[in-house]
Amino acid sequence: MTKMLLSGVGGQGTILAAHVIAEAAMTEGLDVKVSEIHGMAQRGGAVSTMVTFGDEVHSMVVGDGEADIVVSFDELEALRSLPALKRGGKLIVNDEVIKPGAVLTGKAQMPCDMDGILDAADALLVPAEATAREVGSAKCANVVMLGAVSTVMDLSEDAWIGAVRANVPPKTVDMNIEAFKAGRAFADEKRGR
Amino acid sequence: MRELLSGNEAVALAAHDAGASIGTGYPGTPSTETLEAFALFDDVHAEWCTNEKVALEVALGASAAGARCLCTMKHVGVNVAADPLFTSSYTGVGGGLVMLCADDPGMHSSQNEQDSHWYAEAAQIPMLDPADSQEAYDFTRCAYELSEQFDVPVMVRSTVRISHTKCPVEPSAPSSPKESAEFESDASKWVMMPLYAKGRRLTQIERRASLMSWADESALNESVIRDPDVGIICSGAAYQHVIEALPNASVLKLGMTWPLPEERVRVFADSVRNVYVIEEASTYLHDAVSALGVSVQDVPNGLPSYGELSPNLIRMGFGTHVPEAASPIEDLPARPPALCPGCPHRLVFKELSRVKAIVCGDIGCYTLGALPPLSAMDACVDMGASISMAHGMELALGPESARPVAAVIGDSTFAHSGLSSLMTTAYNSGAGLVCILDNRTTAMTGRQGNPFNGQALQGEGAQELDLAAVVRSLGIDDLSVIDPNDMQAVRSAIKTAISDRTSLSVLIFKSPCVLLERKRLEPYYIASCTGCGVCLTLGCPAIGRYPENGLSYIDTDMCIGCGQCAQYCRFDAIIR
Repeated sequence: MTKMLLSGVGGQGTILAAHVIAEAAMTEGLDVKVSEIHGMAQRGGAVSTMVTFGDEVHSMVVGDGEADIVVSFDELEALRSLPALKRGGKLIVNDEVIKPGAVLTGKAQMPCDMDGILDAADALLVPAEATAREVGSAKCANVVMLGAVSTVMDLSEDAWIGAVRANVPPKTVDMNIEAFKAGRAFADEKRGR
Repeated sequence: MRELLSGNEAVALAAHDAGASIGTGYPGTPSTETLEAFALFDDVHAEWCTNEKVALEVALGASAAGARCLCTMKHVGVNVAADPLFTSSYTGVGGGLVMLCADDPGMHSSQNEQDSHWYAEAAQIPMLDPADSQEAYDFTRCAYELSEQFDVPVMVRSTVRISHTKCPVEPSAPSSPKESAEFESDASKWVMMPLYAKGRRLTQIERRASLMSWADESALNESVIRDPDVGIICSGAAYQHVIEALPNASVLKLGMTWPLPEERVRVFADSVRNVYVIEEASTYLHDAVSALGVSVQDVPNGLPSYGELSPNLIRMGFGTHVPEAASPIEDLPARPPALCPGCPHRLVFKELSRVKAIVCGDIGCYTLGALPPLSAMDACVDMGASISMAHGMELALGPESARPVAAVIGDSTFAHSGLSSLMTTAYNSGAGLVCILDNRTTAMTGRQGNPFNGQALQGEGAQELDLAAVVRSLGIDDLSVIDPNDMQAVRSAIKTAISDRTSLSVLIFKSPCVLLERKRLEPYYIASCTGCGVCLTLGCPAIGRYPENGLSYIDTDMCIGCGQCAQYCRFDAIIR
């Protein structure tokens, strides 16, 4: 069984990314659960979505020390999600950070050594927004992230592409498939494949 | 074909496949998508009602006339619907009537974490507890059969982890549609005056006994004996956590939680040495099992009596291996939700806070006005309470109070139950200021229609009520409609309204939610900041401050060009 935590800030497309993963896993004949939180948390707050798949999935909750893979769309949220990561689990992080309101107004500070902490956790930092802009729109940064995530998961490329196709707006399918491939190529190269 | 569906979507599909043709509800997280998904079918009528009481009554009427109906609400909505709920258990149904009640243990998006099980028991309404989307589908199908077989509405109880978890669902063959029937007058069943209610009370009591026999035979309740030392009774999402945390435990999984399958519970208890009950944020099941004379053991290391459960919490409770995990990093800046850039509610809170008003708030996005830096809300309890609590405060404090009292309520919440509060205040010659934040939608739950924006669930052909005319019809003459993005207009309207503390004033702040049209105008920037910091007190996510020099800046990617902040800059430094 594989457990994943996707964390980010409301509006970054974490839920869509989770649906793509779930659909890819289902295509491969696996049982899957995606747990989302809606409502008040969506107004620019921190959001996390949990994906679990395998032969038979029971709990939809991914607790501390249980995530085989943590995917964060924001560096600060990656730090907040670290307790979820299983020992030896993979951490994949979009190299952007959205400052919370309290930091913007000077009431709180960002942690001083974010890069050091992420490095110590062996995070793969993905320039998802820059890559997404190259293929057409910063809006598909979440799909670039999925491309990178796909390199640490055992699902076929066909399943991924099919799931991307099924979940993004029809007009953006080609761009998103390109975004997926760009993210996958980046991570492959980074891991020296 | 297997489809990936949330619990909410599965309930909607099952209702449709069971032949339900009418759906009603009021939006509320985590229940909202159920009726929205149901409304997508061509052969149904679905509508948002002004509140859950109305929604249940509409459904009960349609059921009485023979239609199968779906009625959806969140847990606190059941409080509002409680009046018809209790008596619908006397009348019973015509066509099958199923309610989805979505609870929110952990309070992700709610003001409390009450457990709807208590309602099922108190109102004697059968309750089914699905543990995933497949069960949400299957149990809802079953609920329609039960409803018609036992002549009673049936509640399907979900929680946020069932409603908002997507997993594969294999639907079954649709039932044949219900033959259309004429309503047959039967006062002894439908007219609940004492004469007839006494008879139906006996029907209700007899029904309970037959439901209990059904529950004992039903496949909805499943038991598996593994380790005879540990026997766990649970339902819903908690069952999934139990199976994952304690795969060797013996388990009685209750698919029906009212009435309990008493014989099944006793047989299970006799087959294991220790019986534990695991449930979220409640003692309902524990008390109900104990009441059968079963000795329920305390979980060795205890479990929290509030909030959601998880496999790890259950592992800790039973002292089994908990995965190693990094400690949380201390002092990470929190990221609470905030009013959006350009939100038309922002200046109303800013100005109420300038006049040091005691603000009674209500349920919606605007509850976020309570958070810093606006910090402009002093009370928020339930839908509609802003106006009635403000009335109560006025009664207690009187016109000489140092601080004026204001109620703040959204358009949909006003329709839900604020109207009756305002009627009470007006009728009793109450005083104070009522601010209706009319952002033309039910924003927090995902921008649903309501009577004041003229949007119906299945199309645009809805009657749009005139909010100002409705308020005026209560005899309230001191009424103005204000553009909430105009600082001077907001400021002077509030000033005028609170200048006479002996009368009732209503201000309607009318401007659409920024998420409705997603209009982006040219963004502003800050040209020559003096560092006074006034713009930062608005709590706009697009405005920040450079730590090195304390000067403000605007994030032009986030700014939508609303111009709210520019009006507050005394130095005219915010320009575009």
